[in-house]
Amino acid sequence: MSSRDGDAQARTTADAVARRSYGKLIAFLAARTRDVAAAEDALAEAFAAALADWPEKGCPANPEAWLLTVARRKLIDGARRVAHRQDAAAELQMLAEGIDAAAAASGIPDRRLGLLFACAHPALDAGIRAPLILQVVLGLDAAAIASAFLMAPAAMGQRLVRAKHKIRQARIPLRIPERDELCERLAPVLDAIYAAFAEGWVDPTGADVARRDLAEEAIYLGRLVTALLPREPEAFGLLGLMLHAEARRRARRSAGGEYVPLAEQDPALWDTAMIDEAEAALLHASGLGAIGRYQLEGAIQSAHMHRRRSGEANWSAVVELYDALLRLSGSPVVAINRALALAEASGALAGLQAMDAVAGDPRLNEYQPYWAGRADLLAKTGAHDAARHAYDIAIGLARDPAVRHFLQLRQSALKGSRHG
Amino acid sequence: MQYLLTLHTAESGWAQMTKTDQEQAVGAYRAFTEALKQAGVLAGSNRLQPVSTATTVRVANGKSQVLNGPYADLKEQLGGYYLIDVADLDAALAWAARCPAASHGAVEVRPVWGMPG
Repeated sequence: MSSRDGDAQARTTADAVARRSYGKLIAFLAARTRDVAAAEDALAEAFAAALADWPEKGCPANPEAWLLTVARRKLIDGARRVAHRQDAAAELQMLAEGIDAAAAASGIPDRRLGLLFACAHPALDAGIRAPLILQVVLGLDAAAIASAFLMAPAAMGQRLVRAKHKIRQARIPLRIPERDELCERLAPVLDAIYAAFAEGWVDPTGADVARRDLAEEAIYLGRLVTALLPREPEAFGLLGLMLHAEARRRARRSAGGEYVPLAEQDPALWDTAMIDEAEAALLHASGLGAIGRYQLEGAIQSAHMHRRRSGEANWSAVVELYDALLRLSGSPVVAINRALALAEASGALAGLQAMDAVAGDPRLNEYQPYWAGRADLLAKTGAHDAARHAYDIAIGLARDPAVRHFLQLRQSALKGSRHG
Repeated sequence: MQYLLTLHTAESGWAQMTKTDQEQAVGAYRAFTEALKQAGVLAGSNRLQPVSTATTVRVANGKSQVLNGPYADLKEQLGGYYLIDVADLDAALAWAARCPAASHGAVEVRPVWGMPG
């Protein structure tokens, strides 16, 4: 084998292992010491060693075990070097025992769930949990995560370092919480996964590679959590919600790149397999007997899908689902979406009145969908000047040029419109 | 805290646009300005005339040197700015992402030194 072939094969194997096992290896290496950063460093060095070693000696039969052995050696070496720590000896022992025990077992146990719970621990700042999960469990790099969440890469890097430091210093356990705490502790894990998904969903065509992967990664995590916690209804609710949204990706843009709202999408372009999987997840959740926010959001997406496919209006049912959602979360976003559904069911004026009830909430000031929805309802009630202004704000707040263009067309269609 | 958003786009792009597209682009910038005002964060903004109108001045060893053209001859040139007053860098970046220039050029975000006293 030429050296270039050897290099290429080593890289392909290493990439494949990283793709499927990164989180597993990190979770395993960090489980006892709670030192996620050290685990990442040790694993990074192990990958570097693999890329140097495998081209010459050939790829090992069990690359995960190879990497684990090398990473563990580097971890122990690293711990030895920290001579001033009083509990270094105890830690060294814990490390060696823990990793030996696993090496003796047939495979690397999946500790990713414990890692997910640690990353979403209440002691960590809510805004860092999703980025932390993406980096630590999926191995995404800080720059890509920063871009996705619209943060400065340097700032993101620092915040991630601080978060991992806190996990170690505060001794946050990398462990699945006890039964009585599980439901409560699961919510921030699901919220973090959904936050990652929402960022990925901002890129409708999937043209932005980093973003498209983010939605896929979130769905991967969603599937992982449902596989590891098969009796948690909200986990299935979240998966159903994400799959329904993702199934419509291809229909969201016309052939010419124009934005296509849900009401105008061609259901034939939706991903049937994903929709089926979503429906199965939501059905499974409903059998577990504990309704929650994600199941309700999933049910709403399911209702939209059914309505578009069958042609039968079901807006009253959608409003009822939003009523239930509003009782669970006082979120103004939910109130706005409910108002838009109410407008479909009972007319634009009813929708506007519902919107006005929450219009004073400062969180809505920079919330683009609020202004776009408001503009639409104002236009329908004949308040064209107010609609024009609301469209201006909606256009100004939009990040996506296709959405801007769509709103501008709607704005210029208003009677007496001066602007082109 | 104040941040200066400087807009960098290829001027040649403008001439290649249809009149409708140009009107839409103007509308998009107007809407962006409106949104900044609505949010109460706009501290100033201006569109600059084309780089062909730029003149660059340096003074070295007591002698002044004046050259036709912009400071840096790049594919994308400085075309305007927005000065905004927001809570933190994250907020400034969110606005920069909404600026139309970000989707066909680049928007640099830089914090302004605070006023003394």
